[in-house]
Amino acid sequence: MSDFTADNGPAKAAGKSSLFTQTARTKRRNAAETRFKVYGIGAIALGLFFLVALLFSIITNGIPAFKQTFVTIPVELTEAKLDKNGNRDPADLAKVTTFGYKPLVTNALVAALKEQGIEIPFAKEKDVEDILSSSVAAQVRDTVLANPDLIGQTVDFRLLASSRVDGYFKGRVTRDSLARDKNLDAEHLDVADAMVKAGLMKTSFNPAFIFGSDASESRPEQAGIGVSMVGSFFMMMVVLVLSLPIGVAASIYLEEFAPQNKWTDLIEVNISNLAAVPSIVFGILGLAVFIQFAHLPMSAPLVGGLVLTLMTLPTIIISTRASLKAVPPSIRDAALGVGASKMQSVFHHVLPLAMPGILTGTIIGLAQALGETAPLLLIGMVGFIASNMPDGIAAGFLSPNSAMPAQIYEWAKRADPAYYERAWGGIIILLLFLMTMNIIAVILRRRFERRW
Amino acid sequence: MPVLWLFILVLALGLIGFVLGRARALKDAQGDIRLLHSLPSYYGSNVLLATLIPGFAVLVLWLIVQPMVIHGQVAGMIPERGLTDYGSLNLAMSDVRRVADGLDIAVEQGALSAEQARDIRTEFTDIRGRLGEVGVALGSNVQPYVLQAAQTYRTMNATGHWLMTGAVLAAAIAGFAVAFLRTGKDLRARNSVERVILMLLLSAASIAILTTVGIVLSLIFNTIEFFKLYPATDFFFGTTWAPSFGGGSELGILPLFWGTFYVSLIALVVAVPIGLFAAVYLSEYAGPKVRAIAKPLLEVLAGIPTIVYGLFALLTVGPLLMSVFGDGGLGWMQGGRSVMTAGLVMGVMLIPFVSSLSDDIINAVPQAMRDGSLGLGATKSETVKQVVLPAALPGIVGAILLAASRAIGETMIVVLGAGAAAKLNMNPFEAMTTVTTRIVSQLTGDADFSSPEALVAFALGMTLFVITLGLNIVALVIVRKYREQYD
Repeated sequence: MSDFTADNGPAKAAGKSSLFTQTARTKRRNAAETRFKVYGIGAIALGLFFLVALLFSIITNGIPAFKQTFVTIPVELTEAKLDKNGNRDPADLAKVTTFGYKPLVTNALVAALKEQGIEIPFAKEKDVEDILSSSVAAQVRDTVLANPDLIGQTVDFRLLASSRVDGYFKGRVTRDSLARDKNLDAEHLDVADAMVKAGLMKTSFNPAFIFGSDASESRPEQAGIGVSMVGSFFMMMVVLVLSLPIGVAASIYLEEFAPQNKWTDLIEVNISNLAAVPSIVFGILGLAVFIQFAHLPMSAPLVGGLVLTLMTLPTIIISTRASLKAVPPSIRDAALGVGASKMQSVFHHVLPLAMPGILTGTIIGLAQALGETAPLLLIGMVGFIASNMPDGIAAGFLSPNSAMPAQIYEWAKRADPAYYERAWGGIIILLLFLMTMNIIAVILRRRFERRW
Repeated sequence: MPVLWLFILVLALGLIGFVLGRARALKDAQGDIRLLHSLPSYYGSNVLLATLIPGFAVLVLWLIVQPMVIHGQVAGMIPERGLTDYGSLNLAMSDVRRVADGLDIAVEQGALSAEQARDIRTEFTDIRGRLGEVGVALGSNVQPYVLQAAQTYRTMNATGHWLMTGAVLAAAIAGFAVAFLRTGKDLRARNSVERVILMLLLSAASIAILTTVGIVLSLIFNTIEFFKLYPATDFFFGTTWAPSFGGGSELGILPLFWGTFYVSLIALVVAVPIGLFAAVYLSEYAGPKVRAIAKPLLEVLAGIPTIVYGLFALLTVGPLLMSVFGDGGLGWMQGGRSVMTAGLVMGVMLIPFVSSLSDDIINAVPQAMRDGSLGLGATKSETVKQVVLPAALPGIVGAILLAASRAIGETMIVVLGAGAAAKLNMNPFEAMTTVTTRIVSQLTGDADFSSPEALVAFALGMTLFVITLGLNIVALVIVRKYREQYD
């Protein structure tokens, strides 16, 4: 419009209306146009805002879980207490329970405080031990049992501080909130502050959170996600080994061989419906078929893997079919033309060409399965403490374990806010896994995808 | 692990078959590959498949049938008194199995000899104590009939095992022999191998049907079981949900329905406008650059696991709403968990679902329709509102129905965010509970499926399955019809 009128200079109003002065109606329409566009931008901005808010709250809440407050003190491993016979017999050593070790640690703490000149503001000096986690005696005991030669020496130990002290340094616990807390007093925090100043206490990176095992409800400082990570790993192995071949075989049949008949229609309808069945229904299926009927063990990664396989199959079939469809018919025709059978043309030519697409789809399916929680709740992967690494491959598949999302759910259910921090931390690890898988999928697609 | 060994044995037999079959065919053609009907490896594969398929078929069938047969036999040995002792046959049988497993472990560790395990009687020996020594804890003293049943169970299992080994090997060897003897240069090996592969492909595709059948059967049987114990009318029309494992529960589904419906409604109220506007903007206004960035970013929301949204609802959105609508603010909210908390977060989860489905559908509207409208002088937004959206409406309705079925079946967000109280209430800031939440809480950590309180979960699952299936089918039919319109 403007090109046409530009030469004529400013136009004068000809008749009642002009293209240059907007009428009320045009203004209204243009305003509506702008408004509509703003709504669209607003909707996208809102969606992205939610994404950012979600990621922000995950990261700010989860990062502290990777750090933990430790107390480093020298502990004297008195021979008279730990090995009365003095013969370092493992059976005798094992008889001394954690109660035998506790006083040693407490005394060591009191001694270290005194040496640094930190005043202990308690009537009973022993009360200062609440600064330490209740797991420390077990930690010292495990070290001694693993290495009996240490008895009689004074060894520097890096011990976990209690979760309340840890929360204080992370800003979760304040002196006010401790007023209603019978686990720790505000005086403990004064001691902790002094210990930090003296270099006895430090907040540093905690690998045990990533590689360790879950702990009981009262010891959040000790809990880690490692064991459930192993559980998830075994589950993903089952899903991969079953769903990839079955999914590819099913897609090849449907895409290349299936005749147009009722049975094929039935399969197609079933696949598209299964893709939309709520995941919890798959959990019910797993409970009824694999546990109630087939008597497979509860909480086993094998059962979880089977359920997740059934759940991811539709996803894999749908994406595999799409990539088979993308291979142009000329490839098939050429193979058939030089004398290959239909089966040979598919397995020797179509399938290799579709492989990048298939792998991408499989990885995305696996990522979905890795984050799925609801079916795992029903087959019993929650409600217990996943405290031991499976000892062997068969045990990895069959002995009860948790999975990462189930572990996160378990932590979210526990009452102690220290566990919430762990749950967020667990989510960071879970999302890192998912992100890696998706990036691999994208790279595979970029690198090997062929445009015909 | 003998089954594993059997498996490996059959596999090895098959591999030997492959090598021998291939060699035999080549020998028959005097090494001249041109005389063979098929490529040499097909002759090998033919023998391989003829060995593995009968072998594994017998193995799988046996592993499924044997426990059922033994269960039936052993269950007959438990007297009437056993049923009153244990409350149900299933519980008695699980104790029998536990004792049998315990005996196995005791024999393995050498605490009992094989003969002892077969012959000991409760009258003479403290079974519970001796099994306790090897780490098998039993709840109560072992009844004589349980011990006898366990011993029968063990012997039958052992015999069954030997029979199975024999049968599997016989089937594999028979298949091997037949295929091997038939191998010759004129055998149409490729055709028969390809036929078998085609059958395998078909059976892989049929697993989808099997899964659906499995879902339906496992839901139906347990639901029927439930309705035997609890009247169906009370279940569908009851307005109170108060399960108590001691008995006298009231299990009306209506409050759960209301909670599910309310949460889903809020989720859709959040997701549909945002998703729809985003889709319109992305497909009609955005340039390729914006589209290439914004679309994948929105879809990240769909790739985040639901447990993450659940935690977000519980720990971020809940407290945030509390600070505005809670006691400190407007005073409408009692706790962080509420219909609003779960609904809002679920809405965020559904945004990409609505937006990418509608985006596809809007893109499928032919460009000619837009051009026609623009050519008549309509603005872009008028074109969208009066031409594109009406044309895409059926598809968009389908997309919304799919999103609704997602919302109804969603579990983790409501488990963590919506609360546990079953109420029929209008206040969206109250905690309410949903069908999926109750399924989780009725079934978690409980392996006893005989009480109505546990079985009700299957009836809830059945209802959920039927509703979501109905929604999906309607949505798919609408979408498919719509696609055909413009194809």
